[in-house]
Amino acid sequence: MKGEARVKVLMKGNEAVAEGAIAAGCRFYFGYPITPQSEIAAHMSKRMPRIGGVFLQAESEIAAINMVIGASAAGKRAMTSSSSPGVALKSEGLSYLAGCDLPAVVVNIQRGGPGLGGIQPSQADYHQATRGAGHGDFHMLVLAPSGIQEMFDLTREAFDLADKYRMTCMILSDGVLGQMMEPLDMSEKPAAELPPKDWVLTGTENHADGKNKRRIINSLYLEPTELEFHNIERYKKYAQIAASEARFENYKTEDAEIVVAAYGATARIAKSAVNLARENGVKAGLFRPITLWPFPKSALKALAGSARAFVTAEMSMGQMTDDVDLAIECSRPNILCSRTGGVVHTPEDIWGKIGEAAKLVD
Amino acid sequence: MDFKRVTIFAGHYGSGKTTVAVNCALSLAKSGAGVSVCDADIVNPYFRVHDFKALLEDNGAEVISSVFANTNLDVPAVPAGLSAVFDRPDRRFIIDLGGDERGALALGRHRDRLNGEKSLDMLLVFNTYRPLSSDVAGLLEIKNEIEAASGVRFTGIVNNANLGRETQTRDLEATFPTVKAASEALGLPVIMTAVKRALYEECAVKLPEAFPMDVFFPWEDAILGTYNRQGM
Repeated sequence: MKGEARVKVLMKGNEAVAEGAIAAGCRFYFGYPITPQSEIAAHMSKRMPRIGGVFLQAESEIAAINMVIGASAAGKRAMTSSSSPGVALKSEGLSYLAGCDLPAVVVNIQRGGPGLGGIQPSQADYHQATRGAGHGDFHMLVLAPSGIQEMFDLTREAFDLADKYRMTCMILSDGVLGQMMEPLDMSEKPAAELPPKDWVLTGTENHADGKNKRRIINSLYLEPTELEFHNIERYKKYAQIAASEARFENYKTEDAEIVVAAYGATARIAKSAVNLARENGVKAGLFRPITLWPFPKSALKALAGSARAFVTAEMSMGQMTDDVDLAIECSRPNILCSRTGGVVHTPEDIWGKIGEAAKLVD
Repeated sequence: MDFKRVTIFAGHYGSGKTTVAVNCALSLAKSGAGVSVCDADIVNPYFRVHDFKALLEDNGAEVISSVFANTNLDVPAVPAGLSAVFDRPDRRFIIDLGGDERGALALGRHRDRLNGEKSLDMLLVFNTYRPLSSDVAGLLEIKNEIEAASGVRFTGIVNNANLGRETQTRDLEATFPTVKAASEALGLPVIMTAVKRALYEECAVKLPEAFPMDVFFPWEDAILGTYNRQGM
């Protein structure tokens, strides 16, 4: 019974997201309850009043994201969170955030769909997050944590990325990670160096001497050429992000003949499946994208050199599998391992597909 | 440990009430006592007594839960069978409440009869490694809120300090000063220190109130493939 006790806490993923935001200096949270993300709002409702922050349960998901737009335009770090159907409701706000070049953090703890679907875990909003978050030409940075520590760390970092690029950073997670508990280290991190927010709306502050220009934040441009200019500029920024921000984890891929691509909770299960495969003499590895947009294309393409086949495991009918095919340029077979409707993979589900893939290339 | 005829477990969200309740019910059932476990959680649609229905029934315990438990219908419902607590005075009952004061509201309808019950414990389960319940002030707040919402007063506390799978004896020991201070500040005795079975022998020497528990981590087990949750 000796030794130092750890300074860890035991947290649910949803609570870790809330604490990650607080650690990042977020003091404005606007939400609306929906299972399986309600603990984010519940935790914020208890924590924000104690640290001088604002917790507001809005009248709807749409109202909540519009409040984020307001807080962000005023230069404050703001967040909203929801689960799949609720994020669909926020899509108008996501588009306006992009059109206004405003930083924001939005969390999606995915549940089964389409429609009201169910309350069990899912990953069927991949296309929504990476391609179709709202109308118009735009992207969001999409981060996919795979454990409770990452729920905290990536949420904290999401605010820096959002501020750095003046865009929405989405945490795309799922009901497994939202609900499960793991010990968490909340040690402080030095603040990132970020560009000054010289675009923030401050009313008439500092205008008396006539030096400060009037600031406007909007997404409406009267001239088509002006709108086109802004869209092109924004896509230059996206190209820069695609080149510098893609993140991933490789697990036992050095000698892997079969590579499983999986993110979020499914990546954890896939890791167990890879170990099962190895125990059975099949050289399998795991490729885990941490950023879903930008998708770590070149890192995955590099694996196609040595791997003979791929398995994409996701809790959907097949969405990320498209990005896998694009990254490897359809140069190798890519078998989909799908569970849906709120059903979570077992390691055996994925190991079964690894076995199929191994036979295919034998 | 000696259980009263009716034992209610309440506490902060995620403090381990369900794990403690299920273990106590199994312990009682194995000793031959007629015991019913009531899933009165109106807060959390996941990880509730209903998840352990088969395990409990196999061991001779009866489970009382809402028909909506563990379905996609996310409806907070108090099971009608909760009234059996008063209709069957020859039977022992364990009641697992939902988290915080919201969960404690489920008792409201029965508060008068519960307060008239001669053999009753309402135990505050806490884990000081959980947020908002890591110190005396937080625990006092939770106690007061739950008592106000339920209309029933606590009679003791359960120290369920743990860091999930990683828990070691030193982690448990590190909580003793806070638990002692909380016991004094709340005016409630430590009825039980919940200890995962692997640590029980080591802890029982020092802790007369140590209670061995099987711990369940449904999501983590799903990841490792060691536990088949219903429907997964």
